[in-house]
Amino acid sequence: MPLLLKGTLVTIEITFLTLAIGMLIAVPVSFGQVYGPKWGKVLIGIYEKVLRSIPGIVILFLIYYGLPRVGIQMSPFLACVIGLGLRSGAYQSQIFRGAIQSIDSTQMRASRSLGMSKMQGFRNVIFPQAFRVALPPWANEFTIVLKDSSFAYALGVTELLRQGRYIISTTYEPMLIFLTIAAIYFVITFTLNKSLQALETKLIIPGFDIREKIQ
Amino acid sequence: MSENKHILRVENLRKSFGDNVVLKDVSFTMDKGETKVIIGPSGTGKSTLLTCINQLVKPDSGTIYLKDINVTKAEEMNKIRARIGFVFQDFGLFSHLTAMRNVMIGPVKVQKMNKEDAKNLAYEELKRVGLLEHADKYPAQLSGGQKQRVGIARALAMQPELILFDEPTSALDPELIGEVLAVMKDLADNKMTMLIVTHEMGFARTVSDEIIFMEDGVIVEQGTPEKLFKNPEHKRTGEFLFKLTELYGEGDE
Repeated sequence: MPLLLKGTLVTIEITFLTLAIGMLIAVPVSFGQVYGPKWGKVLIGIYEKVLRSIPGIVILFLIYYGLPRVGIQMSPFLACVIGLGLRSGAYQSQIFRGAIQSIDSTQMRASRSLGMSKMQGFRNVIFPQAFRVALPPWANEFTIVLKDSSFAYALGVTELLRQGRYIISTTYEPMLIFLTIAAIYFVITFTLNKSLQALETKLIIPGFDIREKIQ
Repeated sequence: MSENKHILRVENLRKSFGDNVVLKDVSFTMDKGETKVIIGPSGTGKSTLLTCINQLVKPDSGTIYLKDINVTKAEEMNKIRARIGFVFQDFGLFSHLTAMRNVMIGPVKVQKMNKEDAKNLAYEELKRVGLLEHADKYPAQLSGGQKQRVGIARALAMQPELILFDEPTSALDPELIGEVLAVMKDLADNKMTMLIVTHEMGFARTVSDEIIFMEDGVIVEQGTPEKLFKNPEHKRTGEFLFKLTELYGEGDE
């Protein structure tokens, strides 16, 4: 069991680093996609479409086995976090883009007419609202990244799943161990989804609650 | 010459969107403390003209002067926009901020005023538009008329030299129009310089110093309300004013 917990910790590390890298990419990318110059939109469009079209595992293999050919070598853990992070960035950018575009455009024009730059308008007005809209789909992206962190298994990272395999090879209890692993994934997902839901409720703008009961 | 005494001077402004020529050679001036109303059928470039003045839309040619600064060539456009208030037809209030913070945000983020001073200022401006008791409400908790008054307070808080109003009452229920017009009339009485696109004939007639009638991207005629209503130079002006007055009434203030 302590070994499984150790694996769980690695899984959580991969998940959070991936999400963090993804978000660091996604916020500026979504800003560029909505407000940027044409060439920026084209570049971003390519990034976002390519990364969303390749299976995660192929991205990881490309980075871990492919890049050394051009002289870039990294640890399996780093390759995993960068690969999954780049991919999550593409997905998250689309979550944020949709959220930004859901905020009525007069608010950006109003920010500009007060003398704010596009960047200031984004930071002070658009993003705080878009963030609220993005939370539910972002919670979904979190669960996907958590589960995809098991791709790290294929690169030899001893995350939760691989720890489980090690244990099974000595105990011969595949059913028990895999069930435990499944339960651990479930508990993490459940807890985080609950906390994100709580955050969502906390951030509701008074009078703006669209969850009116429809009879 | 005395050219520079005008707060706003628009010269030979042109703007097209694709093949659609929206503004063809528009010129006019505004002096300090003046209230001018722009009227005209929809789609004749009235709103485009306003957005060209604060450069939210770039005109194709022509020049715009704010006092003696050529706005069309200005490098620090953000600083110039901060001096021109803008009130939107659909309010453009920031939904995640209270009325108070909607009014504070300009001074704090753009003029780098400290929060305490900005709060006092916002307090004054909300009082001016009669919304003090709603200061802590969010836009979604306010009526249309209240929202638009917050919009006006937000523009006022920047201490603008000129405020542009783009159909400020067109999105409002009829019974809410009066409260917004009353605030605007009060501003006019206090010699705020205002350029207003509106269909409110009563307001145009009683409050404005001059009416500009636009059609098909040109200024057909401009002059005092008295002259335009009683004895317009162009037949078209008379027809349009008659139709609007018939539709919206004399609307005495």
